[in-house]
Amino acid sequence: MTSSKMAYREGKKAWLILADGTVFNGFSLGAMGTTIGEVVFTTGMTGYQETLTDPSYFGQIVTQTFPLIGNYGVNTVDPESSRIWLRGYIIREWCYEPSNFRSQSTLGEYLSNNDIVGIYDIDTRALTKKIREHGVMNGAITTKWPDDMDELLEKINAFTIKDAVKSVSWDAPHYFPSKDPKYNVVLFDFGFKRNIARSLNNRGCNVTVVPYDSTLADIKKYEPDGIMLSNGPGDPAENTEVIANIKEIYEKSDIPILGICLGHQLMALATGGRTAKLKYGHRGANQPVVDKKIDRVFVTTQNHGYYVVNDSVPEEVGKISHYNANDGSCEGVEYNRPYTFTVQFHPEAAAGPQDTQYLFDRFIDNIEAHKNEK
Amino acid sequence: MPLRSDIHKVLVIGSGPIVIGQAAEFDYAGNQVCRTLREEGLEVVLINSNPATIMTDKTMADKVYIEPLIVPVLKKIIKIEKPDSILPTMGGQTGLTLAMQLAKEGFLEEQGVKLLGADPVTIDKAEDRQMFKDMLESIGEPVIPSKVVTDIDSALEFADNEIGYPVIVRPAFTLGGTGGGICETRKELEIIGSAGLRQSPITQILVEKCVSGWKEIEFEVMRDAKNNCITVCSMENLDPVGVHTGDSIVIAPAVTLADKEYQMLRTSAIKIIQELGVEGGCNCQFALNPDSFEYAVIEVNPRVSRSSALASKATGYPIAKVASRIAIGYSLDEIKNAVTGKTFACFEPALDYVVVKFPKWPFDKFVYAKRTLGTQMKATGEVMAIGSFFEQALMKAVRSIELGLETLNLPKLKALSDEEVHDKLYDCDDERIFVVYEAFKRGIDLETIFDITKIDRWFLSKINNLVYMEWFLGDGELTEEKYKDAKDLGFLDSTIIELSGQKPPKRIPAAFKMVDTCAAEFEAETPYFYATYDEENEAAEFIKEHSTGKKKVIVFGSGPIRIGQGIEFDYCSVHCVKALKDAGYEAIIVNNNPETVSTDFDISDRLYFEPLTPEDVDGVLETEKPWGAIVQFGGQTAIKLTKHLTEKGINILGTSADDIDAAEDRERFNELLDKCGIPQPEGKTAFTTDVAVREANELGYPVLLRPSYVLGGQNMIIAYSEKDVVEYMGIITRNGELENPVLIDKYLMGQEIEVDAVCDGENFLIPGIMEHIERAGVHSGDSISVYPPYALSQSVIDKIVEFTGMLAKELHVLGLVNIQYVYYQNTLYVIEVNPRSSRTVPYISKVTNVPIVDLATKILLGETLESMGYKPGLVPSGDYFAVKVPVFSFPKLTDADSQLGPEMKSTGEVLGIDKDLESALFKGLLGAGYELHKVGNIVLFTVKDADKADALTVARKFEQFGYEIYATKGTCSYFNEHGMHAHHINKIDEPEPNTDTIFDTGEVDFVISTSKIGRDPAMASVQMRRKAIERSIATLTSMDTANALANCLLSGKTLDSVNMVDINTI
Repeated sequence: MTSSKMAYREGKKAWLILADGTVFNGFSLGAMGTTIGEVVFTTGMTGYQETLTDPSYFGQIVTQTFPLIGNYGVNTVDPESSRIWLRGYIIREWCYEPSNFRSQSTLGEYLSNNDIVGIYDIDTRALTKKIREHGVMNGAITTKWPDDMDELLEKINAFTIKDAVKSVSWDAPHYFPSKDPKYNVVLFDFGFKRNIARSLNNRGCNVTVVPYDSTLADIKKYEPDGIMLSNGPGDPAENTEVIANIKEIYEKSDIPILGICLGHQLMALATGGRTAKLKYGHRGANQPVVDKKIDRVFVTTQNHGYYVVNDSVPEEVGKISHYNANDGSCEGVEYNRPYTFTVQFHPEAAAGPQDTQYLFDRFIDNIEAHKNEK
Repeated sequence: MPLRSDIHKVLVIGSGPIVIGQAAEFDYAGNQVCRTLREEGLEVVLINSNPATIMTDKTMADKVYIEPLIVPVLKKIIKIEKPDSILPTMGGQTGLTLAMQLAKEGFLEEQGVKLLGADPVTIDKAEDRQMFKDMLESIGEPVIPSKVVTDIDSALEFADNEIGYPVIVRPAFTLGGTGGGICETRKELEIIGSAGLRQSPITQILVEKCVSGWKEIEFEVMRDAKNNCITVCSMENLDPVGVHTGDSIVIAPAVTLADKEYQMLRTSAIKIIQELGVEGGCNCQFALNPDSFEYAVIEVNPRVSRSSALASKATGYPIAKVASRIAIGYSLDEIKNAVTGKTFACFEPALDYVVVKFPKWPFDKFVYAKRTLGTQMKATGEVMAIGSFFEQALMKAVRSIELGLETLNLPKLKALSDEEVHDKLYDCDDERIFVVYEAFKRGIDLETIFDITKIDRWFLSKINNLVYMEWFLGDGELTEEKYKDAKDLGFLDSTIIELSGQKPPKRIPAAFKMVDTCAAEFEAETPYFYATYDEENEAAEFIKEHSTGKKKVIVFGSGPIRIGQGIEFDYCSVHCVKALKDAGYEAIIVNNNPETVSTDFDISDRLYFEPLTPEDVDGVLETEKPWGAIVQFGGQTAIKLTKHLTEKGINILGTSADDIDAAEDRERFNELLDKCGIPQPEGKTAFTTDVAVREANELGYPVLLRPSYVLGGQNMIIAYSEKDVVEYMGIITRNGELENPVLIDKYLMGQEIEVDAVCDGENFLIPGIMEHIERAGVHSGDSISVYPPYALSQSVIDKIVEFTGMLAKELHVLGLVNIQYVYYQNTLYVIEVNPRSSRTVPYISKVTNVPIVDLATKILLGETLESMGYKPGLVPSGDYFAVKVPVFSFPKLTDADSQLGPEMKSTGEVLGIDKDLESALFKGLLGAGYELHKVGNIVLFTVKDADKADALTVARKFEQFGYEIYATKGTCSYFNEHGMHAHHINKIDEPEPNTDTIFDTGEVDFVISTSKIGRDPAMASVQMRRKAIERSIATLTSMDTANALANCLLSGKTLDSVNMVDINTI
């Protein structure tokens, strides 16, 4: 029973090596070995287990800016997907002795069991500032000091996130029934978070999660009243096949659509918009977003490195409905196609504020209205 | 929405005198509010009775009224000033309650005045127990089963038949939960419930199921008129539900909650503020079952509060500033985040550090007061510490609290047996965290400690880490890693060296990180720093990037608010900073009090939130490398650093360490007075009880006993006999041998006089002389003080000026000096010389128009009085009398004796200003809470023999005013013997009907009581005074105060006959 701060008794050394050669000394957390990924930071102060299991972090090494992680342990309920997707985990201090009535295990064990290489005792603030100033940077965590640093740096610099969506998506449909079913919703799995399905279930939707590359023909058999495009990892423009599929749905069906995060970006790309990479992304649970329609600001959960370029959405296609109150970037589009809107942030939260759950209600209203038209 | 077009002139109500439960946080809020409103081009009218505040500076508002905070006064001012709006949510419970009364009477509507920020319905929904419950139930938010009752029988019936014991009693509309408490049994409910009913201004209490042991979580929420909401900060109390949050150790953000629980409570807080419709800030307190998702809303404050001040300092998010902008029409997305300058107020701060708040209790002053903590707040102030780790922040907080501790080892616990330590865990008092620490050291396991204390295992485990580190340090080689870990856990080098017996392999200097509201996501420019132990020193980088070439001066602040060292010193620190900046210097503040203006990050050029101990301060010095440092404005806290700073070779601006010592060291001071030919009461020193007794006997009783180097007369008594000396020495030596001797002085019962002087080494300036109403013996801080002197002859005044000049010169005072005199049998004696700022500086500055701190600061920088255009000597008095009246917090402190003496007991003060003394005194007394008209019919006298003659004079005056005089045996006989009719009443320990019986009738307006010895709550006289206080009966323990009050009654002053004085016109 000791604190992680008593590393001289317990800790095995580990290093964080950034693409520019910067080295941070720390101690090993979780699995032993070497991992390479894109180093990003998130400012959320709670919800580390949700972060670990969020498929949108595929290919990334995630830094927590809040210094005390693992305080309330880990459990089997909070994961947002079936496993940990991120490639490495960087924190300041981890808590050996978590305290919470739901805690079943410690963060360290959880990472080990999922074979995730992590590092702690890092000055995460200095690291965050570096990423802020330099932009997203590749890096590696290793528990063995490299024999050939140049070789490792070469590997780090060569790393790119590829086939992200394909890697995280289920390859067969899954069904999530509602207790009080009123509608059928098809949820495209680009790396969906469970709370999206849960949020829909709670609103009377039977949810069929379909593989990322499903086509209009594929989903028709589920007789969807609505379509959800999920969040997911990677560069949206890479997904040319998916974009074409969405274009088809957009043009050849009138089923109401709600897109979240990657789903929002893919929809924009499918309809003539452009996406670009943010310098260091929006990751955290405190991003203010203005909903222009109702003239309100909401605190939102976000996790994205790319965004829809503000003036890239053609006027005949739709208009920006939400924007980020901090940097003015596009946070949502209302499409001219009836009952179609997408947002960059995460109304399903998990982790983070639940203030924009009303967007699911808006989606249900759209479904209802669309049904009534028939 | 932009600024509302229907707002032009706003009345801001302050919170009045500092009392337990309402302290400097409202000066901080008020200061932000006034600045913000004026930035918006609005005319601001301010009313606050507290002259020690920065918000009552002339420049803070267009009109500044230092007048009693009572409804008739507010009405008068509203009629004079005709504001179009009132901002009621910035002046604590006091401001809110007053505004509510005005609104409910229909006065505001009649006068066309709008309430901003919250309307009466909002306030009622949050404050009226039943409406609060109904409101929560209507939005499906859980409440703790409870019932509002207005009589004790209903309370008992509800507890007996519906919820069972234990129950909590919460009186409606009282400050800091005054009068409430946990009742384990029916008997306790009878006592506490009845007291609560009496304390409540509307005779209403809430009887509530006790959920003590649950987690206590708070959220600070903001809402604008568009219904946009954000939560600024979550906070978790280390002490579970049961201890008032003001008395709890608090960590921000909450740490033991998973996102599910966190969001559950956050959503609830937002639902509540939306239902209430508050436009501004609001505090929501929750109880959370540690074993489930079950929770309940405990309390909601629809206004800025102590917690909001803490949250502001903890996150960098200026709640009061944003709340005032919202109140005048702006929405959250229109208000810039001042910290980043890039983002807006509609976000939630992300922290990349943790914050620990630790309360400062007055039990060192009130040694007999009950230390148990419960639903009634007892702390006078608090400190905050910021660290990268909880342990680090906790250790810093413990050092900041000024108990003389470097770690959580409390020396007096060492003497206890393991069993005693174990049993002491059950005591929920101010020392519990230290007992927990000791328990770990004794090998008591975590589960046992948890079972007893219900402190979350997370906190216990962290505290245990500190115990482990102590062991590890004492065991084996001090490696670099071990040393680094110890630093991360908050150990000082001096402690590490002491515990390990080894020098650190390679000293790690403090590195400073910025508090930026956004966890480094955005570039920020806030000059607000805390120390940790990393390689990157952001403060050093900041200094480099913002190099101005100006000379840098560090101002050391005064730490937590406590009796004797209050908000006045923050006033001085802030003015010093302003003067420094004005003179072209960079001003840097080091302080640790989250409630104050000085720790607002936009006051100084750089703010370091750190403990004020030598080693902690070294880190700042190394990073800043200042040209000079100033200690004379930060009370004893800063003065204590003088020696260390001198040793470090720091250029201390102002009176030298050696001269400070000359004023404080008894022998050197004697020599100095002899040299000047200035008389002083005969005095001796002693380190031990034996010597003290011998010296006291030699001097002859009564004698005054006090330790050297103190402020606020800490541990000071008048001893009338050898027995008193022995008792006193026992208390003062209980923590071990004395470092400095106890001073024993002949006690002179004369006229007490106080001066503050500004000195430039050659010349001196006395802005004003203050004469006390009470004769010597009552601590100057507890005395009613009058400016200008009302009874002193010119020759005495001349003598005071002469002595002051001599002392200033001899002590080579540079800057401020405070001198106390006593005029006794035609001789003027010096009692005390303090070469530093004092608690009278703010009010004297305001009434004399002499910017005392500004002048003193500029003198420290090389100016002279002459060069600044001031003629040396005594400044001629103005047209106004200003009467400072002390205010006490006795109702909150169970078992504390209210009898005044040489040890300071007041927590705050009010000022009465008017053209004549009677009016000024009348307003001062009104402001301090005295009812100056007959309510009941009785004045009770029970005084010691020495006071009987004076009491008779006073009693005649009360009789003349129409009161019936009741007196206990001795006093009664004396009165009757001297031809004044008094009714005899038995003492409290004599059979009924006794004093208790007449207290219960509600007929007693005043109690005038003194006893030869007090303090010990077992004594009947102390019990009687406590009873009177519990029944809210004005209790006077000095014949001089009573006499002044009686004169005031007879003077026939009413509010109609006095002027409302805007101090800008003085």
